[in-house]
Amino acid sequence: MEKLNYRHVAASRAKGEKHQAVVGVVASGNLEVLVERSLPERECEVDIRTAAEGFGEVWQAVVADFVERRSPGGLKFSINDGGARPDMVALRLAQAARAVEGEPV
Amino acid sequence: MNTKVSSSAAYEMSARLAASWYEASARQRLAGLLDESSFEEFIGPEQRETSPHLAQFDLPEQFDDGMIVGRGRLNGERVLVAAQEGRFMGGAFGEVHGAKLTGLLRAAREIGSVPVLILFDTGGVRLQEANAGELAIAEIMLALIDARLAGVPVIGLIGGRAGCYGGGSLIAGCCSALAVSEQGRISVSGPEVIETNRGVEEFDSKDRALVWRTMGGKHRRLVGGAEVFVDDTMASFRDAATYLIQHSPALDASMLEAEQSRLEQRTKRFGHLEDALDIWQSMGARDAQAIPGMAYEDFVVLADQLEEPRHDAR
Amino acid sequence: MLADILTSLFPHGHDVVLEEGLLAGHGKRPNGDALIVVGVDGRLPVGIEQAAWLSRKVLDAIEAGGNEPILVLIDSDSQRMSKRDELLGISEFLAHLGKCLIYADRKGHATIGLLYGHTAAGAFIATALATRTLVALPGAEPAVMDLPSMSRVTKLSLEVLQEKAKSTPVFAPGLDNLAQTGAVATVLDPGQSLADQLEGLLIASASAQPDTRDLLGKKRKGRPKAADIAERVYELARASV
Repeated sequence: MEKLNYRHVAASRAKGEKHQAVVGVVASGNLEVLVERSLPERECEVDIRTAAEGFGEVWQAVVADFVERRSPGGLKFSINDGGARPDMVALRLAQAARAVEGEPV
Repeated sequence: MNTKVSSSAAYEMSARLAASWYEASARQRLAGLLDESSFEEFIGPEQRETSPHLAQFDLPEQFDDGMIVGRGRLNGERVLVAAQEGRFMGGAFGEVHGAKLTGLLRAAREIGSVPVLILFDTGGVRLQEANAGELAIAEIMLALIDARLAGVPVIGLIGGRAGCYGGGSLIAGCCSALAVSEQGRISVSGPEVIETNRGVEEFDSKDRALVWRTMGGKHRRLVGGAEVFVDDTMASFRDAATYLIQHSPALDASMLEAEQSRLEQRTKRFGHLEDALDIWQSMGARDAQAIPGMAYEDFVVLADQLEEPRHDAR
Repeated sequence: MLADILTSLFPHGHDVVLEEGLLAGHGKRPNGDALIVVGVDGRLPVGIEQAAWLSRKVLDAIEAGGNEPILVLIDSDSQRMSKRDELLGISEFLAHLGKCLIYADRKGHATIGLLYGHTAAGAFIATALATRTLVALPGAEPAVMDLPSMSRVTKLSLEVLQEKAKSTPVFAPGLDNLAQTGAVATVLDPGQSLADQLEGLLIASASAQPDTRDLLGKKRKGRPKAADIAERVYELARASV
């Protein structure tokens, strides 16, 4: 198991007032994302535990891209990963952000 | 504008209710089963109560350990609910996973007036925590029976990818009543286990049709292993849960005697037969071969016709 | 071996009969009171017929009224694994047996399990684990699943499993592990009178108590989280309705 952690400054606060949401399932090729509105408004954190070791750079890129697109200010994303591909990771992050912003997932 | 919004909301609701139970996650099933926004979770994922045993096997954890418990409303009435996530570790019972259901059932007994719905989706005991999982199942069975003795209906809903195997099938057998879909399977020993132990002549685990004839929802409905056969939709499970809560007989000595009799009769009538097809034929089905392919509505009609004696002893 | 166990348990007499691997009868306690005995011997797999036979005996005890304790003696295999048993719904037969034992216990017949041989999987749950108090004789071998089978299913080598089993009691077969996780309350001393030890257990378990196996597992460090998680859910659920 590998642990990764990324902190970013977000351009703006994530919309809405929901405090938390969870999407996904821990299984082969899949991941669970728990998102909590627990940080200062312009901060964002992604904390990852993954069964697939050695993909730090890929995670870093996916996370950076997500933060850039979504501005998830104030949100902490906690991930349990079962070995998902980058596109699945990006999907789940987006779903988690939409869920906590009160949008349909 | 208002009409557009309300018809869109109505469309969303009917789409939600028509959604597949089998394809859904445990959380999606709870959302589809219960009244909108009525679900409140106990020990949610933000509590991060994960398994203390998976790390030493280098296996990933899930924040809810694959078991979601809480309360909600079904047609306005309060219910306690437990839903297994069949895609996490095969929905198998681990220490934390099982303990959540144990605590829920112990509470149900004390409360006395609120039914429990268990959304099964399990391969049985989680081997990496085998002893904890096995014990959890025993503790759950005891708590479940105690709740039933206090008058609480405990309804099992079965239709997920993992089925209802191993110790999960024993818990199901302790429920007041069960609803099962075509996709559901109920069995103590799984197909692979039978094949490994007894050989492929005894049971070919790769023969899907055989697996479904022997353990699948249609057979269980016909032979008396489940009270209600449902369609693979949220609406159908919802209706079945509502119905079964209302038709949940008490657990007492005469019920146990009735069940003993039902099970003995089953062995007497069908114990010499080779295959489910033979059993269905013996029950009076004129075209047993057609049953696996039958559409939902047609099968429900047939099952009601063939049913004799009544399977209401559990 | 069974005969010796019965003699040591019931020096004042018993009429327990063994029939095709299944046991039933009564034993006499020191004060002359009767105790009901059922069980499985000879590592017999528990199939639908065996389960139905045992549950019938338990129901007979319930029907007869009274409050004799029920002693469940166990040396069984797992549930019988066959197409026929599953076709006929062995899950219901085993659940029914467990229900009858639990119901009997709740209605005045305190149940005690005495594991003197093997047991596994579904048979374990429906017999030994469905009793109020479970004890064992040294040498008993309870298991959820044997390690070679576990190795096949988990795709971990037998050596790896054996190594991990040294540092945790939570998955491997064995009496010590099942005691540490809270399933087995006590291991009896075969050097002392089993009758005396049984009598002590009967007196101690005379009144129905809540299921404290999870607390025992916590105390013995076999199950660090179960008791607390169950308690928390219990409190949250009660507070919510």
